Amino acid sequence: MFDGLSDRFRKIIKDIKGHGRLTESNVESALREVRLALLEADVNFTVVKDFVNAVKEKALGKEVLLSVTPGQQFVKLVRDELTHVLGDAAAELTFRGRPTVVMLVGLQGSGKTTTTAKLARLLKSKGRNPFIVPADLARPAAVLQLVKLAQQIKVDCFDVGGRTDARDICSEALRVAKLKGYDTLLVDTAGRLHIDPELMDELKDLKEILSPAEILLVADAMTGQDAVNTAEGFDKAIGLSGVVLTKLDSDARGGAALSMRMTTGKPIKFVGVSEKVDGLEVFHPDRMAGRILGMGDVLTLVEKAQVSMDEKKARELERKIKKDSFTLEDFRDQLQQIKRMGSLDSILSMIPGFSSLKKAKNIKVDEKNIIKIEAIINSMTMKERLNPAILNASRRVRIAKGSGTTVQDVNRLMKQYKQMRQMMKKFKKGGMKSLRNLLPI
Amino acid sequence: MPFSRLKSRLARTHNAIMGGIQAVIGNNTRKDSMESLEEALIRADVGVTTAMEIVDRLKEGFRWDEESLRQRLSDYVYDILKDVEAPLEIPYGTRPFVIMVLGVNGVGKTTTIGKLASRFVTRGKSVLLGAGDTFRSAAIEQLEIWGQRVGCPVVKHSQGGDPGAVAFDAVRSAISRNTDIVLLDTAGRLHTKVNLMEELKKIKRVVSREVPDAPHENLLVVDGSTGQNALNQAKLFNEAVGVTGIVITKLDGTAKGGIIIPIARELKIPIRFIGVGEGVDDLREFHAREFTEALI
Repeated sequence: MFDGLSDRFRKIIKDIKGHGRLTESNVESALREVRLALLEADVNFTVVKDFVNAVKEKALGKEVLLSVTPGQQFVKLVRDELTHVLGDAAAELTFRGRPTVVMLVGLQGSGKTTTTAKLARLLKSKGRNPFIVPADLARPAAVLQLVKLAQQIKVDCFDVGGRTDARDICSEALRVAKLKGYDTLLVDTAGRLHIDPELMDELKDLKEILSPAEILLVADAMTGQDAVNTAEGFDKAIGLSGVVLTKLDSDARGGAALSMRMTTGKPIKFVGVSEKVDGLEVFHPDRMAGRILGMGDVLTLVEKAQVSMDEKKARELERKIKKDSFTLEDFRDQLQQIKRMGSLDSILSMIPGFSSLKKAKNIKVDEKNIIKIEAIINSMTMKERLNPAILNASRRVRIAKGSGTTVQDVNRLMKQYKQMRQMMKKFKKGGMKSLRNLLPI
Repeated sequence: MPFSRLKSRLARTHNAIMGGIQAVIGNNTRKDSMESLEEALIRADVGVTTAMEIVDRLKEGFRWDEESLRQRLSDYVYDILKDVEAPLEIPYGTRPFVIMVLGVNGVGKTTTIGKLASRFVTRGKSVLLGAGDTFRSAAIEQLEIWGQRVGCPVVKHSQGGDPGAVAFDAVRSAISRNTDIVLLDTAGRLHTKVNLMEELKKIKRVVSREVPDAPHENLLVVDGSTGQNALNQAKLFNEAVGVTGIVITKLDGTAKGGIIIPIARELKIPIRFIGVGEGVDDLREFHAREFTEALI
């Protein structure tokens, strides 16, 4: 009942695919499904209405009637509209003023403090010289949290000292930043409800003092219908320049993204994808739309793979698969490369069709398993890794002891390795054709 | 705290639902249509399936009268909510009574622990806090500040430490001090992360080895502004460690509170407390009648 948007859309698309052409009645029923799916994904009621109407108008127009395959055309249409609504192109951060000031605002618990540190780290890696300003005096130890995070990512942090007013902190931090030549100021503010007039006034004052180039609303991807009110409330009071959507590594499908984007028109600039300080990514509307539609997020996956995979090794691996000489040593290599790409869950969620597969087969990804497998392979001699056929019972017992596992674990790994090689053989035979069969559409 | 305060905190959701009812009555052109009420319920995060079911129920024997429609909606919602009304009771002689507090990131676990500690202390109980969130920076210090405010000891390790070890020390310490209640903080974790859910199971095992039947309460904290994902959260935490009680925080927004209905209906896990504001007294026991009357 609470499937992600992706899964719902996949079903809708299947239904439409069955019909020869798009008629008013099958578009109508598909749109009803679209509406339900969006509502279940917490897209705001009004936003759903507008979105569905826009799609309907286009679906019943020429574009679709001219097409040869109505199903694909409808999918493309919904996807295009979704991409369009989400912002067409990736929105960059604006740098204006010296220093450029970025304010982070939002409700309690949306992830402002973590995002501040993540953003500082990202900007630093791009050659900027950021300065972190902790201006959340409401939550106990919030300042300390940011000081610690700043130390961790090696970015300077303003020393709040005994100051008890966010306004004092901001004006003093601005002075220090100018003096010391920081080019970017990242200001973390206290969490507040958009209907709290007193705290919203404080934000207005901070804006006055800082004249920020960016005011980013940090919002939880799991937010319900209220996302619209929050975004509107903050936007009306202080004028937002963009949104950061956090906790996108949950199983929420990000209906809030659609809602906030459509009501305020402000772009989503970044998404938070893990608890770690490197878990901030630029928001790509086209990828998000694809992900929502169950087409997976292949682009991000490819990009990540490019960063963390060694190209030479990849070519070597390809050669080995072709020659059918994939050894356990290669397997260990691969595991290490995958690990560099991030958590398995986040990688798998980007693979097309995997979200429904995962649910159907109830596959649970346990990162501990990878560690176990690695330990087992590490306990083998090179000879064993290159030629697993020599693994007799006594060798298996030794490996199990050495890796702190059981012989059953070792046996299981050997079975998996065998299956993997069989799959690779199939790959080789079918070539691209069999690969295409794995893709959803 | 007077009832009127709860009512004023939920006023916006209440008004929206009333608006939906009035629109249904006002729109007397289509007798069978309750679209505007359905819309109001969905907007309050009741969820599309639950909203449709509620409306279908109301259509049976529908009387053309605003007050009777309100009353029937109220009765129906109360029917759902009364099943999960079960205030947290700390049985006499169970000492220490261990409460493990769980939830995804940013729902207000530490704050809820602070408020609960204050509540127990003012009722004459001795309380000990276990700083089990060893992951987030300064989470330990945040809990310590609450400990100072409320005046109860905090058992802690350093950041990055093993939360199971913190739990062990907290419970041992409570036994030797003869403390009434232990509140164990845990790091926020997304319900979809298998390895972090395994960590929770471990903490639970460690605690139960020291005190049989402990933790006596696995308290899940849910952010009231969360949408339908709140159900997934509750389901997966429940599968992992068995949730025995729920706290719904931050119910004082603009269009909130509705999520309580599908949670109650589908999970039937007692809702212990609701948070309707930032004050210590704003965390209050959940009572179905009172809540329904404030909402509808």
